[in-house]
Amino acid sequence: MRRVVITGQGTINALASSAQGTFEAFREGRCGIGPLDIRDVDRLAIQIGGQVHDFDPQSEFNRQEIALYDRFTQFTLHAAREAIAQAGLVFQGELAAQSGVILGTSGGGLNTQDENYRAVYEEGKNRVHPFVVPKLMNNAAASHVSMNYNLKGPSFTVATACASSNHAMGQAFNFIRSGMAKVMVTGGSESMLCFGGVKAWEGLRVMSKDACRPFCANRNGMVQGEGAAVFVMEDYEFAKARGAEILAEVVGFAMTSDASDIVMPSRQGAARAIAGAMKDAKVDPSEVGYINAHGTGTTANDKTECAAVSDAFGAHADTLMISSTKSMHGHVIGGTGAIELLACIMALKDGVIAPTIGYEEPDPECALDVVPNEAREATVDVVLSNAFAFGGLNAVLALRRV
Amino acid sequence: MAASVKDQVVAIIAEQAVLEVSDISMDASLEDLGIDSLGLVESIFAIEEAFDISVPFNANDPTDSAFDVSSVASVIAAVEGLVAEQKG
Repeated sequence: MRRVVITGQGTINALASSAQGTFEAFREGRCGIGPLDIRDVDRLAIQIGGQVHDFDPQSEFNRQEIALYDRFTQFTLHAAREAIAQAGLVFQGELAAQSGVILGTSGGGLNTQDENYRAVYEEGKNRVHPFVVPKLMNNAAASHVSMNYNLKGPSFTVATACASSNHAMGQAFNFIRSGMAKVMVTGGSESMLCFGGVKAWEGLRVMSKDACRPFCANRNGMVQGEGAAVFVMEDYEFAKARGAEILAEVVGFAMTSDASDIVMPSRQGAARAIAGAMKDAKVDPSEVGYINAHGTGTTANDKTECAAVSDAFGAHADTLMISSTKSMHGHVIGGTGAIELLACIMALKDGVIAPTIGYEEPDPECALDVVPNEAREATVDVVLSNAFAFGGLNAVLALRRV
Repeated sequence: MAASVKDQVVAIIAEQAVLEVSDISMDASLEDLGIDSLGLVESIFAIEEAFDISVPFNANDPTDSAFDVSSVASVIAAVEGLVAEQKG
C-alpha cells in the first residue's frame, strides 16, 4: 500500500476564485450567499444562492472552447489550472499513462440543458447547437481536464448527488494507494444555479429563503451554491523524490449505503461511514481534531449527523470541532465535498478551523462544538470530511497533517 | 363550496395514504394515516395543483409553517383559508 498526498489545490466558488482567497474568506467567516442573478429569478420562490459573480469565461477561454464548455466545465478547468500549476507537474510519457482524472458532479451541464430545453420548448425552435450533447454530459469536465493536461490513465466521473466529490476523491485515493495510478487529478464541480436547477430544489420544500444556518436551532433549510475544487493527489514517494510541497496526506476513506430512504438520512449509515474512514486510516477516534460536516442546514441532516458523530466518537464527540462551511459557500451539491476539503487542508496545514457562520441559537439536538461564527486557531493532526447524499450514499475521507 | 374543498382534500390525502375516502377521519394526523415526510410534500403539491394556490410550507419545520398539518381537519381548514385568501 502506497501513501497518498495532496500537492495541489484549486477552486472557484462564491467566496473566491482561488484556494488562497477561499482560505481568507474562511478565516474571516465571510458569507458568499446573496440574491441570485439569473434569468426568470422573479418566478422562483427561492431567490438566494452562493453564486459565482466575478467570473469572466472570455478572459480564460477562447471562442471555440466556450462553445464546448458548460459552466460546470469552466469552473473545473479554472480550478484544475490552479491545482496543477501548484503541483508543478507536466504529464508526459510514462507519467501521463499512469495519471488520470476522477471528478464528481451531480447535474453536469445543467445550464446547457436548461438553455436548450428553453429554446426548443419555450421558444419553439427546431434546431439546437451541434455541441449540446458533448457540452452537457456529466463526464465533459473530466474529459476536458484529461485533454488539457494529457492525463492518459484511469479517468471517469462519479455522480452520487451530494457525495459525488467525496466518492470521486476516495476513488482517486485508492487508485494511487493500490498502485493503479501515480498521480490523480480529482475533486468536483457543480453549476445548478439556473431556473430549472433551483426550481427543482424548491419542489422538495427543504430550501431556506434567507440563510444557511447549520446546527442552529432556528435553521430553516439549505441554500444552493456553485463552483468547483480540484486537487492533485500523488504517490508520497514520487512527491518526495521530486521535492513537491505536500499540503496534506490522505489516509482513509469509507463509503456506506443506508439502504433505507431516498431522501431521509440515516444515523447508522452515516456513523458506519465515519467509523469506517477512521478504521481504514488506522487512526484512533481520539486523534481526530476536526470534522468538516455535511451540515446542510436542514432539520433532518444536522440532527442525524450530530447523532452519528456521537455514535462514532463516544465521549470524544464533545471534544472535537465540527463545522459546516456551507454556511458560507452554500451547498455545491456534487462539487461540495471538494470545496469543503479545502477547509480540511486549512485546518491541518495552517492550524485554522473554518467556522459555521450565521449561528444564532444552540440546538440541543446538535450539541457539539460547531465553531460558531468565528474561525479558531487550533493544531489538529487528523481531520474527516463528511458527505451524505440523497439516496443514502455516504462517503467520508480522512486526512492527516504532514 | 366549503364541502367541495373538504372532499377534494380528503380525496388527495386518501390517495396518498392508499386508503378509502371513508377511512379518513377528521381528527387523524397524516402520520396516523401512514403519510411520511415525502408523502406530505407530495400531498401539498397535489393540493396546490388542485386549487391553484400556493401553500406556505417548509419541510424543515412543519410545525412552524403557517400551514397547519397536525390533522386532516386542520389541513382542510388551512386550505379553505388559502383558497378564500388567494382566490377570493
